[in-house]
Amino acid sequence: MATPQTEVSELLNRKYDAGFYTDIEQDQAPPGLNEDIIRLISSKKEEPEWMLQWRLRAFERWQKMPEPKWAHVHYPPIDYQALCYYSAPKSRANAPKSLDEVDPKLLETYKKLGIPLEEQMMLAGVAVDAVFDSVSVHTTFKDKLAAAGVIFCSFSEAVREHPDLVRKYLGSVVPQGDNYFAALNSAVFSDGSFVYIPPNTRCPMELSTYFRINAMNTGQFERTLVVADAGSYVSYLEGCTAPQRDENQLHAAVVELVALDNAEIKYSTVQNWYPGDEEGRGGIYNFVTKRGDCRGRNSKISWTQVETGSAITWKYPSCVLKGENSVGEFYSVAVTHHRQQADTGTKMIHLGRNTRSTIISKGISAGRGQNAYRGLVRIAKSAENARNYTQCDSLLMGNECGAHTFPYVEVRNASAKVEHEASTSKISEDQLFYLRSRGIGSEDAVNLIVNGFCKEVFKELPMEFAVEAQKLLNITLEGAVG
Amino acid sequence: MLKIENLHAEIDGKPILRGLTLTIGKGEVHAIMGPNGSGKSTLSYLIAGRPGYTVTEGSITWNGKDLLALEPEERAGEGVFLAFQYPVEIPGVNNVYMLRAAVNGIRKYRGEPEISAVDFLNLVKTKTREIGLKEGLLNRPVNQGFSGGEKKRNEVFQMSILEPSLAILDETDSGLDIDALKIVADGVNRLRSPDRAFMVVTHYQRLLDYIVPDHVHVLANGRIVKSGPRELALELEAKGYDWLLEEAA
Repeated sequence: MATPQTEVSELLNRKYDAGFYTDIEQDQAPPGLNEDIIRLISSKKEEPEWMLQWRLRAFERWQKMPEPKWAHVHYPPIDYQALCYYSAPKSRANAPKSLDEVDPKLLETYKKLGIPLEEQMMLAGVAVDAVFDSVSVHTTFKDKLAAAGVIFCSFSEAVREHPDLVRKYLGSVVPQGDNYFAALNSAVFSDGSFVYIPPNTRCPMELSTYFRINAMNTGQFERTLVVADAGSYVSYLEGCTAPQRDENQLHAAVVELVALDNAEIKYSTVQNWYPGDEEGRGGIYNFVTKRGDCRGRNSKISWTQVETGSAITWKYPSCVLKGENSVGEFYSVAVTHHRQQADTGTKMIHLGRNTRSTIISKGISAGRGQNAYRGLVRIAKSAENARNYTQCDSLLMGNECGAHTFPYVEVRNASAKVEHEASTSKISEDQLFYLRSRGIGSEDAVNLIVNGFCKEVFKELPMEFAVEAQKLLNITLEGAVG
Repeated sequence: MLKIENLHAEIDGKPILRGLTLTIGKGEVHAIMGPNGSGKSTLSYLIAGRPGYTVTEGSITWNGKDLLALEPEERAGEGVFLAFQYPVEIPGVNNVYMLRAAVNGIRKYRGEPEISAVDFLNLVKTKTREIGLKEGLLNRPVNQGFSGGEKKRNEVFQMSILEPSLAILDETDSGLDIDALKIVADGVNRLRSPDRAFMVVTHYQRLLDYIVPDHVHVLANGRIVKSGPRELALELEAKGYDWLLEEAA
């Protein structure tokens, strides 16, 4: 039965919901990148000399590196000298001691996003380290965490208050020269979060950071470092939205995770940065390096991500499985709509004996979106009895989008067991008509089908995030199918 | 009352229905029979609102409402239900969850409040028993991994939950063994009521032994070429369709 696909392309058109702009005075550096700017950033943040030197070494390396071109994404050249590398809300000069002292406009912004801090604190029991532009403005639940010995603070604060820990672990998972964007981040990183869970401690609450980009032409360079000491557990939630704007914004974050013996880190992300308009104008360039190091025996790191935003996503949360019996997991839903492009996936590097990894990737392409899964499973000679299971599914909505799969498997130990399953399917008119004929409206029908497709990943998210993720997915794909 | 008048419809420029006229009153069961390619499924789809067809002439009204002007989900709200010949699989979507969304979609259309979780579960329990649906299928993804018979039974199960006022069964007997056929027919018969109209599309008269129609229509070349009482089906069984086609020509 012929079924025109135009039906499937009418349902995906709606304005970005979190599109608003907060007018807060900015303390901004002039555009351009050079040693002076790096010194300025460092001094604004009152950093010690070693931190400045670390930045400068990274800058030196970055200057010698070419921008990578291998990803399946296309964008005009970025003029790194036209960007600003430092911007801080002015009110920081006298940093707030409590919520009352926080700029009311800032609080208003969070309210628009539906995440009022007060409620968040009381209802969800989630400690929020809110990153607004480049400087952490507000940290909550510090006392409760401190009682457990957990350190959860802005990266700048960690540099000042916990220099030994920072020096020990910073760059130990993602070295300065790891890649072009990681080197750039290392040189100019603005702020971010630092987490340390002491031995044999279960972090008493889910840790959460809300990122938000909110200044014109300001690159956002977050740096996150999570260290789970022996026998500890932590679940870290990262979510973000951004106001609507016209100019592309560069975002190059680095996240490093370290899990020592018997430690477990669960890192969940819901990413909803401005994806650009229907023609692809504006929108965030998201070049992120995320890597976890299962350094200890029986350690476990699991990445769960729901990626619905950004014009371009270049992101491969990875696990280095060094410790014996360590476990790496990657659960991902990536959505591209209109002209969004995503090249995302993971790397599972098996070094230790009996290491196991699981990869579940769900790509959804709508409009003229391009979605690529790129994954590497490497079993080193030393990784006796390593196991990997990879499942990689793509869902297409309409006739103008694309799904691409680039799986790489390198096995250097004959005892390895590696499985790979992949599928590509299309939301069919038959499915839609079936649900609609039952009385379910077309948008709800699309949501049902899409959420069904993503189910395996959503169930890995913490409860409150799963709900948010589902909502986000529905908003993102509104107008995708008709 | 379902009123179809002089319906002409085509798909991709190819005419399928050419002046079909049919009336089904409340409480009546009408069987639509006919050779392959005569337009039986097209007729079912047009009433339910499947996209892709162009109606060039004629009308379909249900209780005075112009169905052709409504979206498929709105038609469901007006009480129309289609039991599919080939129910589609929807991975990851829980069967009961989908059904609840359907019940609430219809209620919303009618300006009624959502059904409570308890009421819905009780309803599901009762109907599961009545239709003889395996309970294990309730929480499986819609139609995924169902056998042919289970899919058909699931359609009748959905129908019994949604309680349509106009039920269309599109070759519900195809692919069913005799036991499954009886169970499905039982489910349908249980739903027969003075308030409900049925249009039963079938290729064989076998189904009509179990779901006894009030009227039988023969569809050929896109129009009704003969109508008659239940006995017409038996005559067709004995003589085939060719004599009718010749008569019509």
